[in-house]
Amino acid sequence: MSKPGDQRTLRGRVAVVGIGETDYYRHGASPDPEFKLALKAILAACKDAGLDPRDIDGFSSYSDDRNDASRLAAALGTHRLRTATMQWGGGGGGCCAAVANAAASIVAGLADCVVVFRALAQGQYGRFGQVSGVETISGEKAYLMPYGVLAPPQRFAMKVQRYMYEHGVSQDAQRAIALASYHHAQANPRAVMHGKPLDREKYDASRWIVEPFHLYDCCMENDGAAALVLVAEERAREFRQKPVFLLGAAIGSGHRSGAIPHNAPHYASAGFDTVAPDLYRMAGLGPCDVGTVQAYENFTGGVVMALAEHGFFEPEQANDFLTLENLIAPSGRLPLNTSGGNLAECYMHGFELVIEAVRQVRGTSTSQGRRNDVAMVIGGPMVTPASNLLLGSEAAL
Amino acid sequence: MSGREMPNHLPEGLPIPVPELDGLSAPYWNGLRENRLLVQRCSHCDAWQFGPEWICNACHAFDPAWTEIEPCGRIFSWERVWHSSHATLRQHLPYVAVLVEIPHAGSVRMVGNLLGDPLQAVTIGTAVEGCFEHHPGSSPPYSLLQWRVSSPRE
Repeated sequence: MSKPGDQRTLRGRVAVVGIGETDYYRHGASPDPEFKLALKAILAACKDAGLDPRDIDGFSSYSDDRNDASRLAAALGTHRLRTATMQWGGGGGGCCAAVANAAASIVAGLADCVVVFRALAQGQYGRFGQVSGVETISGEKAYLMPYGVLAPPQRFAMKVQRYMYEHGVSQDAQRAIALASYHHAQANPRAVMHGKPLDREKYDASRWIVEPFHLYDCCMENDGAAALVLVAEERAREFRQKPVFLLGAAIGSGHRSGAIPHNAPHYASAGFDTVAPDLYRMAGLGPCDVGTVQAYENFTGGVVMALAEHGFFEPEQANDFLTLENLIAPSGRLPLNTSGGNLAECYMHGFELVIEAVRQVRGTSTSQGRRNDVAMVIGGPMVTPASNLLLGSEAAL
Repeated sequence: MSGREMPNHLPEGLPIPVPELDGLSAPYWNGLRENRLLVQRCSHCDAWQFGPEWICNACHAFDPAWTEIEPCGRIFSWERVWHSSHATLRQHLPYVAVLVEIPHAGSVRMVGNLLGDPLQAVTIGTAVEGCFEHHPGSSPPYSLLQWRVSSPRE
């Protein structure tokens, strides 16, 4: 177990003091350009903290975010820029890593006040789920696209299919994850699917996107932005909100996870076999200490794998554990995606999940879990590098 | 006879595979055009490797040799696609993609389409054999490797 005095840990060293989001839109529905969305989310996070935006001295993001740190610093008139960090890798694998990288910059003394953000206007720059205008293709996609394996649903379905085969996981387990997200979205007025409930019959009747994914197993595509402000632990209590501390973070993937095309030795995996133990080790916690989980749903099948790899159940127990009753706040065994997540709140590339975990620890979620001292975020199942976070209250330190 | 049993399993118009600018995968794509399936096998440590890389991941010898293998294997995983992510495919749904494991080549895997009835039941572990699918009229021309269930007598 890491102790606060250990040199090489992030445990208890930094705190989230502000969070901010734009309105969340269906893709193409944002009235604002993407850069303006980024600015709005960052200013909202600063206002939440009671922080002068000019005091931001670093930016951190992931997945090749287009909204360049230097442009943001110039636009906001920050006094100086001291760190600008981009996590390699696509998808939502970096949504937690971006926080970890910002935390590492602060703990190492490179910066004092770092904004972590993601802005994504898919209506303006193109959706991930549709491919057009590609004449020739090289590298990994050359082995996939000519066979109609073009976009994320087709790229991940075979991995989930293999996992279901190896461990006897049923379609009902995936359905429970979709139902939980939609259930929580009905309590969340920010959610794009607020007022659009989902039940078993509607899920079962929905069309296949690609077997084994029904429509409701797949994330939305959206426009919006989300941001948080991170400072050193020593300053955490200077701001307006109850500080939310970083208890642990981990990034990466196991042996040759990136072997293309579909040649990872441990293929039927979300990629957390090495990353989850790292997280628990840094935090000095285990699965039984976690009050709520926000787990990135690119596809529900990835959540099944990710939760198993974080030790909440054995893969063979997935069908028993993954029921709607077990996954909903406040009293389920493991309240999951309590804002509605990528499926039903907004596909803000997983950053809305990080924001929701902060709200859980603050006690301000619209679907508050019974335990709010420790909240987990899992980013980007089935991609490499993946990442995860444990956040907690002062009492959890 | 299914209407899907045409020379090309999916219609023209999908992205055309070409080697990277550094030529890493050129032997693979050129091999397919000659009805040959080539994968890397390190001449130093005999490790198989696919997709290709400039180094053997097992022993770090550079430039693993390209070796021709028999295009047959078994279905490791599969998917049936019902929603098109490309305009070209909108009138060609559903279709099946398979991930084929090749046991006699270090169990490397490759993705292709499963030929035949797109509604056929697909079973993991089923033996399949490769079929070279040529697109000589494309610009640039290219070839793919497709798969069909092995007939029991073979």
